[in-house]
Amino acid sequence: MTRESKMKPTRILVASVLVLGLALAGCTTDDPADDPDTGADATDETTDDTAEDTADDDGDDAADAGDDADTTSDFFVQEDFERQLAQRDVEPEGDASTPWLQAIEPEMVDTSEFAAEGAQTLCFSNASVSNPWRVTGWITMQQQVEVYTESGDIGEFRVADAADDDNQQISDIQSFIDSGDCGAIIVSPSTTATLTPIVEAACESGVPVIVFDRGVNTDCMVTFIHPIGGYAYGADGAEFLVDNLEPGSTVLALRILPGVDVLEHRWGAAQEIFADSELEVLGDEFTGGDAAQIKDIVTQYLQRGDVDGIWMDAGDGSVAALEAFEDAGVDYPVMVGEDEMSFLRKWDETGITAIAPVYSNFQWRTPIEAAVRIWNGEEVPSEWVLPQEPINADELTAFLEANADMPSLHYAKFGGEDLPGFPEAWTDR
Amino acid sequence: MSPLARRAGAAGQLLRRLTTGTATVFALLFAVVVAITVLNPSFAEPPSLMAFLRAAAPLVVLAIGQYMVIVSGEFDLSVGALVGAQVVVAARLIDGIESRTWPVIAIMLVLGVLVGVVNGLVTTLLRVPSFITTLGMQLVLFGAVRLWTGGAPTGALSDSFRQWGRLGIDMPVLRQLPYALLIALAIAALAAFLMRRPFGRTLIATGDNDTAAAYAGVRVWQVRTLAFVWSSVLATLAAVLIGGFAGVTAQVGQGLEFTAITAVVLGGVVLGGGRGTVTAAIAGALAYQAIQRLFTQLALPSTARPTLQGLIIIAAVAWAARGTSRATTSPPAGHEEDGATAGTSTPAAPSDMSPSTPTTDRLTAR
Repeated sequence: MTRESKMKPTRILVASVLVLGLALAGCTTDDPADDPDTGADATDETTDDTAEDTADDDGDDAADAGDDADTTSDFFVQEDFERQLAQRDVEPEGDASTPWLQAIEPEMVDTSEFAAEGAQTLCFSNASVSNPWRVTGWITMQQQVEVYTESGDIGEFRVADAADDDNQQISDIQSFIDSGDCGAIIVSPSTTATLTPIVEAACESGVPVIVFDRGVNTDCMVTFIHPIGGYAYGADGAEFLVDNLEPGSTVLALRILPGVDVLEHRWGAAQEIFADSELEVLGDEFTGGDAAQIKDIVTQYLQRGDVDGIWMDAGDGSVAALEAFEDAGVDYPVMVGEDEMSFLRKWDETGITAIAPVYSNFQWRTPIEAAVRIWNGEEVPSEWVLPQEPINADELTAFLEANADMPSLHYAKFGGEDLPGFPEAWTDR
Repeated sequence: MSPLARRAGAAGQLLRRLTTGTATVFALLFAVVVAITVLNPSFAEPPSLMAFLRAAAPLVVLAIGQYMVIVSGEFDLSVGALVGAQVVVAARLIDGIESRTWPVIAIMLVLGVLVGVVNGLVTTLLRVPSFITTLGMQLVLFGAVRLWTGGAPTGALSDSFRQWGRLGIDMPVLRQLPYALLIALAIAALAAFLMRRPFGRTLIATGDNDTAAAYAGVRVWQVRTLAFVWSSVLATLAAVLIGGFAGVTAQVGQGLEFTAITAVVLGGVVLGGGRGTVTAAIAGALAYQAIQRLFTQLALPSTARPTLQGLIIIAAVAWAARGTSRATTSPPAGHEEDGATAGTSTPAAPSDMSPSTPTTDRLTAR
């Protein structure tokens, strides 16, 4: 009996360790889904070769960034950082009232070989809809498809959702290729390196391929669509803090996860800017985007001393960060949020000094527009860089009014106001 | 028996208990709290302590629920997803309207009971191992919430809902006594009481050896199902506290099942059931939270923290296990029967349920 009673816990222990291991493995593959936005890395990937060439010359810059830049050195590419910062000041070509059709410094490519008559089947391989940013964009894309279904350009819209699973997405794209029905294939890649071969295979099948959001390590696609990128996003917030805080002020950086390139670029840019300023960075903490953790961590920092500014790599939980200041009974910090409605509303209620960096959600419309242009044989930019402008205090009221009925986890710059189904499609999600 | 003699007996008992596995967690908790205070004396100031306890309260509540399941020989991996689901459901149903607060909390409790009953019955009657049952439940809840909300939670919690996790009773010195702390204390007291009652003893006996318990007349399926219901209901209360503390995000509740299991195991509660006390599980939860604080205080690089945390936890549990095996093998059998409680080191034999332990009850109930 003693043997048995000893055996049982051991067996259960072993089994449970296995199950915990399995579940934890599940968690890790979920990680990319946790970042609220996506994208930004693509530019770096397509310019990888040049980036490597210049890596040696970057030695000085890396040293300048100081010790605190250690963790980002793998991700930080000086050239991309500088290009993205410069792109913020470039006037995009096209009508400013339709930013999803604008492009920054486009190099147009001829698409006449893909011209097609009649309604086409449009195939879309989506990485996932696992965060509110992607959910918002996905709704916008579907409404855009409706426009072209009614006009007779799109006959069928086939969608495969890979739920953040690279292998699933590879087989999704493969089955699109095998079916032979797709008039165009749109890919929103789950990860960069792993998806590259299958995107190349899709290109070789002769179907026009459109990649948007995160990138892949090839330029075989007809067009690659993305906003300016993560360095610009991170810099927008960091520069705002530098401009609005006295020298010597303290800043706390809240980050979601380490090791995700799109988020590392944001933080890398912020570090560069903080290193050149007289602000003191108290720390950078990973929160998983979890409001409870954010609030707890900010509370701890407030117990130890003043926090004058908060920089976040994504707006999730920015309200919780502000509540920590309320509950501690201290003055609000200068705040970097995002164009998520919960933050914009809190900003308005509290009257804080804040900025909302934007990772343009309206980019979800562009691939559909690009597909239709390609079928019409019209030129498209080979790299379609969309504008990416933060929301400043003077624009806050306008965005609040425009999105008054939208849920709190909606993104203000979703760009779907003129689409059919507005606003119900976005309010009743 | 004179009061003095009783006191001496109690002290002896306490000493004996400190040599068992559960003592490790108290030592760890003490060491970590001292370390934090040395690094940052302001931690010991009452308002800071209150903030710490407010943040720790949901984990304490979750750990108590997880303890009940683990000590009965099972696992509940569904609590994290349940917390997430409950917060999202609450936000959607309340939608910022104050008058809906209490009806929605009632709905949440019903949902909590339902999840616990399903977990329990599937595990006991259908004989599906509980990690599979509750892992499945985790996925079901996660998927159902995704389906219902389309991936992005909507609505808002009302102020009267949020107050339980966010506010407290304003007072001097403490600044504010958090409601969350009071709720956690009340639940802890109730759990400690229950574990001394026949329910708690049958729970431990079931976890130690369910065949023997069944022969002794325990309805094993009933006891374990009840444990699952407790876990789910307490997860629901934790959801009220967590949602109240920080509001709704898409990530709420993620990974909490592992945090809760870690807290319980840190408390020296043996996976597989039958051994460990609820107080130690609570101390485990506090120690877990304190370790997190310590890392923030030390300004350790965030990337290094999980590794260190894992090492501390493994070391603590290994140390406690070493203590347990010594304690269970060395003292003579007669000694154990009146000395140790069913909850600490002795495997629950039928004699533990005999009326020979009234002094123990009085000591631990105090």
